[in-house]
Amino acid sequence: MSDLVKELCEVATRVAELCKKKGADDAEVLVRDGSELTAKVRLGKPELLQEAGSRAVGLRLFADLRSAVTYTSDLRPEALERWVEDAVALAKISEPDELNTLPDGGFATEMPDLDLYDPACEALQASDGLRVAIAAEEAAMAADPRITNSQGASWSRVLGGSAFANTAGFVGGVRGSYVSFSVEPVCDEPDGKKRNGSWWTGSRFLSALDSPEAVGLEAARRTVRQLGSKKIDTGDRQIIFDAEVARSLVSMVFGVANGSSFYRKSTYLLDREGSEVASKLVTIKDDPHMLRGPGSKPFDGDGLPTRQNVIIREGVLDTVLCDTYTARKLGRASTGSAGRGVGGSPGPTSSNLYLVAGTEDAEQIIASSEGALYVTSMMGFGFNSVTGDFSRGAAGFLIEDGKLGRPVSEVTISSNLDTMLKGIDRVGNDLVFRSSVSSPTLRIANMTVAGN
Amino acid sequence: MTATTSELPQAPFAKGGANEIDQAIAQKLLAEALSAGGDYADLYFEYRSSSDFSLEDQKIKNVGQGVSMGLGVRVTKGDATGYAYCEVLSMERMLKAAKTAGQIASGGGSKQAISIEEIRPVLRYQVDNSSLRLPPEHKLALLRRADVAARAASSRVVKVEASFVEQLRETLVISSTGRMVRDRQPMMRFGVHVVVEDGAKRQSGSSGGGGRKGLEYFDAESTSPEAHGREAVRVAEAMLDAREAPAGAMEVVLGAGDSGILLHEAVGHGLEADFNRKGTSNYSGQIGNMVASELCTVVDDGTVEDSRGAINVDDEGNLGRNNTLIEKGKLVGYMHDELSAKHFGVEPSGNGRRQSFHCMPLPRMTNTSLLGGEHDPKEILESVKYGVYALKFSGGQVNISNGDFVFSLTEGYLIEDGKLTAPLKGVNLIGNGPEVLRKVVMLGSDFQRSDGIWTCGKDGQSVPVGVGTPTIKISEITVGGTKA
Repeated sequence: MSDLVKELCEVATRVAELCKKKGADDAEVLVRDGSELTAKVRLGKPELLQEAGSRAVGLRLFADLRSAVTYTSDLRPEALERWVEDAVALAKISEPDELNTLPDGGFATEMPDLDLYDPACEALQASDGLRVAIAAEEAAMAADPRITNSQGASWSRVLGGSAFANTAGFVGGVRGSYVSFSVEPVCDEPDGKKRNGSWWTGSRFLSALDSPEAVGLEAARRTVRQLGSKKIDTGDRQIIFDAEVARSLVSMVFGVANGSSFYRKSTYLLDREGSEVASKLVTIKDDPHMLRGPGSKPFDGDGLPTRQNVIIREGVLDTVLCDTYTARKLGRASTGSAGRGVGGSPGPTSSNLYLVAGTEDAEQIIASSEGALYVTSMMGFGFNSVTGDFSRGAAGFLIEDGKLGRPVSEVTISSNLDTMLKGIDRVGNDLVFRSSVSSPTLRIANMTVAGN
Repeated sequence: MTATTSELPQAPFAKGGANEIDQAIAQKLLAEALSAGGDYADLYFEYRSSSDFSLEDQKIKNVGQGVSMGLGVRVTKGDATGYAYCEVLSMERMLKAAKTAGQIASGGGSKQAISIEEIRPVLRYQVDNSSLRLPPEHKLALLRRADVAARAASSRVVKVEASFVEQLRETLVISSTGRMVRDRQPMMRFGVHVVVEDGAKRQSGSSGGGGRKGLEYFDAESTSPEAHGREAVRVAEAMLDAREAPAGAMEVVLGAGDSGILLHEAVGHGLEADFNRKGTSNYSGQIGNMVASELCTVVDDGTVEDSRGAINVDDEGNLGRNNTLIEKGKLVGYMHDELSAKHFGVEPSGNGRRQSFHCMPLPRMTNTSLLGGEHDPKEILESVKYGVYALKFSGGQVNISNGDFVFSLTEGYLIEDGKLTAPLKGVNLIGNGPEVLRKVVMLGSDFQRSDGIWTCGKDGQSVPVGVGTPTIKISEITVGGTKA
């Protein structure tokens, strides 16, 4: 255990004990420490350098089945004491809820080392960030003469540590690192409209990042290929989601397949467990134990051990992700999926959420989807989780002669998530774990495209 | 309502506080910030105290509280910015933040002393009204009233959630140009969310409001907790029988108030001057050009009293103003922060805002409105043969570069021969900002501001904003339904 994590664990334990001393029956304490370093450049010049560290502590305490949730960034001992007293007083005004107590034991005892921290990230300086960002932007600008401007390139490194303790004796801590950078070039249409595209790389480990040149080139490719984008006619079509955009469908599945959406009746999947909710090609997993995974964690926000869960297994809704509270609401056991921030109550979260890869190359899927709309970006919030109705803005390409043909923008794609998941008829093999939600390329048999 | 009031929380950096920041300290910090040769520096002190209460299943589910405090230091050198912050207001930590931010420049700074003058802004909201002064029971009572009213409104209600969030944000901005401005910004937001069930059909609805107001907001019949509870049920029930929406380009009528979300996305972001400074907005270089139909006059007004988007002073110490952006279709101005105002050689417009001391300011909207026109709203609806009437929205998004924007409809109706004939399923509407504003063909005389519910996100920073419009008729916009 690193010195930082040890220190955070001590703070968390001390505050938990303080809560008891001040009259709480039980308490949970989360301490978080983070430091960020950000470098942004635009047209080869530094635009922003930001550097700072912060620490905050959050708690939930219980007294007579009542609870309160509070946070502070003022960690002076006398301030902490007053803060805890206030929290105890605050709990008195809530109402008793017999489900609102610590988990009934089963806390994590083994802490697998998930390799989440890269010491090589510590030594990075602002100048390193600037150098990478400048190189990435330069590669994008040099890639194609049609690139005329840039929103800039951005590089960031985050180092963090956190510790969680409760009055049942659980204490655990982790630390992690994450480095990423992105580039966003801009090009002009003859009519003055501009087209922007972007690309990025990110990892907990410095050595796993793509090169600035590769990121710049890909950003450039994604930008210029949109030149000449137009609406297409309204009608029903096959839709292919590229791997990057498909991630948002996987996120939506989590949104309707967790304990909170279930007990709040805010999901169209209510009463559908054990039944078919997607095509047989669809398996969606949540794996908190992936080594070096961006969303990996050894224990959850309730202090319970994490585990791999299969949300959809070959089309059948298998496991609804629950933290302790939502599991109790639904009369079942937690799936070890509690997430918690410093300022709030725990709730179900995903860790490394992904749709399992198929066997086909994305090119094969494209080649056999004449007339389909290949979607590379989506806009807006048009999803109703209660009914599953889906309608979002989209841009991408028409598949013509087995390839990406003319660029398309300013259209919407609409259907219902239930129909969409059942309509997934091709799954690519291009799954990459760059962020905590991942998907390969997907094809959906039919959606309504609204345009002209 | 009789209220026992208590003292409002007070920032430690305020006059008489434990870490009072006076002119001498500010001068020392600014000198450190500029010691490496920066052109400009500012200090942003923030103390934020908030509480939240929520009710679910007829029970108070959560009570929460939080405090965050810190200093953000910004130094600019040309177009480059150095930024650092600290959460402990000790001289040592503050100097370190000032030094870190100052490193954006290299070389040597001048030793000129900065003379600082405190400016007192005109007050657009009254901090004495803040609900934070009242004991929590008052707020819990509001949640219970909304719950009772929602349940009483229909037997089909199966779930009611209500929430109340209140905040007081105290700021102190001191710049190397000698400005020193204090502000105390209250904010509260109330919301009700319901789920209704009818056999196998289920639907949700919500209603909410607030602003920089106290609990007197709830005294009006139309904004009482009961009214919000009933409104959430009305929306959910209306949408229970929603049918598939049409797909394709057609006439659309937008209701007064919340439809300002269209404006916010279609033109608002594109007129934030950071994008125009960089030449990456499709409104870049368009000042003086017609960018909308002659009917359209668009303003961004930080001075609307007690509103969610109001600011006495922005987060760079510039006073809130009422700025005209588009006048009778012609683009006349952008929204500026300090950096872009300098670039364009204009006065700052009071739009430099930030989420918190962790972030640098950006040009942001306050209350963005399309001013009213001359038509009777009824006449506008009657003029439509076949189209969509859009009433409530869940949000929107824009691509600044090409101007494409979407907004998501949550309550809409089919218009046939000038009459509303059926509720429609939630859909996205998509258009291109400048193109859509040229297609504004009728404006109602019923200008209305949305209740205080909107939050705008940009570069990962959220700020509260307001919108307002009359009833608007657009001759053609793409409706993203499923019925091709």
